[in-house]
Amino acid sequence: MKILVCISHVPDTTSKINFSDNNTKFDTNGVQFVINPNDEFGLTRAMWFKEKQGAQVTVVNVGGSETEPTLRKALAIGADEAIRINTPATDGFSVAKQLANVVNNGGYDLVIAGRESIDYNGGMVPGMVAGLIDANFVNNCIELEVDGTSAKATREIDGGKETVETSLPLVIGGQKGLVEESDLRIPNMRGIMMARKKPLNVVDPVDVSAETTSVSFEKPTPKGAVTLVSADNIDELVSLLHNEAKVI
Amino acid sequence: MSVLVYTESEQGAFKKAAFEVASYAKAVANQLGTTVIAVAINANDVSALGNYGVDKVLTISNSQLDSFNANAFASVIKQAAENESAQVVVVSSTADSKYLAPLLAVGLNAGYASNVVEAPLNTSPFTVKRTAFTNKAFETTQINTDVKIVGVSNNAFGLVEQNGSASAEDFSPSIPELGVTVESVDKATDKVTIADAEIVVSAGRGLKGPENWGMIEELADVLGAATACSKPVSDLGWRPHGEHVGQTGKPVAANLYIAIGISGAIQHLAGINASKVKVVINTDPEAPFFKAADYGVVGDAFQVVPELIEKLKAFKAQQ
Repeated sequence: MKILVCISHVPDTTSKINFSDNNTKFDTNGVQFVINPNDEFGLTRAMWFKEKQGAQVTVVNVGGSETEPTLRKALAIGADEAIRINTPATDGFSVAKQLANVVNNGGYDLVIAGRESIDYNGGMVPGMVAGLIDANFVNNCIELEVDGTSAKATREIDGGKETVETSLPLVIGGQKGLVEESDLRIPNMRGIMMARKKPLNVVDPVDVSAETTSVSFEKPTPKGAVTLVSADNIDELVSLLHNEAKVI
Repeated sequence: MSVLVYTESEQGAFKKAAFEVASYAKAVANQLGTTVIAVAINANDVSALGNYGVDKVLTISNSQLDSFNANAFASVIKQAAENESAQVVVVSSTADSKYLAPLLAVGLNAGYASNVVEAPLNTSPFTVKRTAFTNKAFETTQINTDVKIVGVSNNAFGLVEQNGSASAEDFSPSIPELGVTVESVDKATDKVTIADAEIVVSAGRGLKGPENWGMIEELADVLGAATACSKPVSDLGWRPHGEHVGQTGKPVAANLYIAIGISGAIQHLAGINASKVKVVINTDPEAPFFKAADYGVVGDAFQVVPELIEKLKAFKAQQ
């Protein structure tokens, strides 16, 4: 089985979010970048398929050379090879078109992407890749088993979960549950040394038009200080929620 | 030309999100000077959609669509959009709508903006405001394609009632190969889901153990709220994974979010920040949640929560 794991290069959760160029660009100054958490669960599940079922795992990212450390980290965790599609990731649809081209050229059976990136939160890339390559698709995937060309997956639904049967080629939008947080791997020294020798292929992008364009950003207005209510005066809390906040 | 809206139902009844996206679609139609057409799949009674601005409902009755299937539902909506020459297609942020929207975007070759929180800022060029950076910022996005798909964030636009009535028209689209078939569904049917809830009651490790969740469920019952939990609580297996809210769990955009015994790690706050009013109950006055909350009680959950339940019951009895 050939697995392609899509890796988004995103600011670490604890990063301060600021914008530059008159609020039109994300300010990467002093920002630490990481593998998108939803992708990391998928990458770790891919490692399981590699170790238990002999799968071959390629990681891919759409971005400039500044994203290579994130791909190297994925290699250090255990992916066999990496592909960087050499173009800025401008919008979800064009990223999906770039990825679909790589999937078509590489003949992957299973594409694992995170359900959304924690920066732009578009939540559209995995589904669009599936639509573009005409593969089956399971979103919000929390469990995945593959047996030959058939697959069994569980997805989170509002208020519960649903188990489905499907077949390869398959794209999943993965999240926590594919593996547990405690199963995530920190690259060890051997992995880091080996990652340096693994192939990281830079490929040219295909021509795509931007279906959406990011115009500008703004930060939410700072919130006022918390109104503290004494634990002996819960009546006041009820009254504030009713009269002031008007939410009950 | 028209604005098409997918109004989601479950077991024949519309979800609240359906009325919210219908309200949103009406606002877009007013800006464009056109009408709102809804797509309703296996819904029992579509007349309620008229109260939220829908002019016409395409009703689809097909037993092949009894279970949700993203491919099939996206195909049905695509056929409706093409038949009605829809310029804008509006969907919600439920798990199912977020699942089908990217497939629909490919089918219609339409730009898609998700997590949109306001009516379009402009219709030419078509720009919308959406949340980004996991609620730490808003992004203004321009959709450049002829057909545009807008995914509206839950509880962001609200319900806007109109004095209208909707006509119904049978629609019989072709159904593609499903590709994915449902084997089993594990869902509590008597509980409010986090996505649908206006109020969410959430608890963390401060509750000390799963045996203490009775009062959390009671508080949720009194408020008609959904229950949720922090990541450590789901990792410890005290509560099911589906209740985990935060960056890697479910997002929450409720009108009222009550956090009990949750310290407020940045990953948790990122996931719940879209909620309008936040209340924190925690013994530790230094807990980061107090900086993110609107109302706070420094106190022991085991005293404060039962008292809050009593006071709310009394309040509800008066209403």
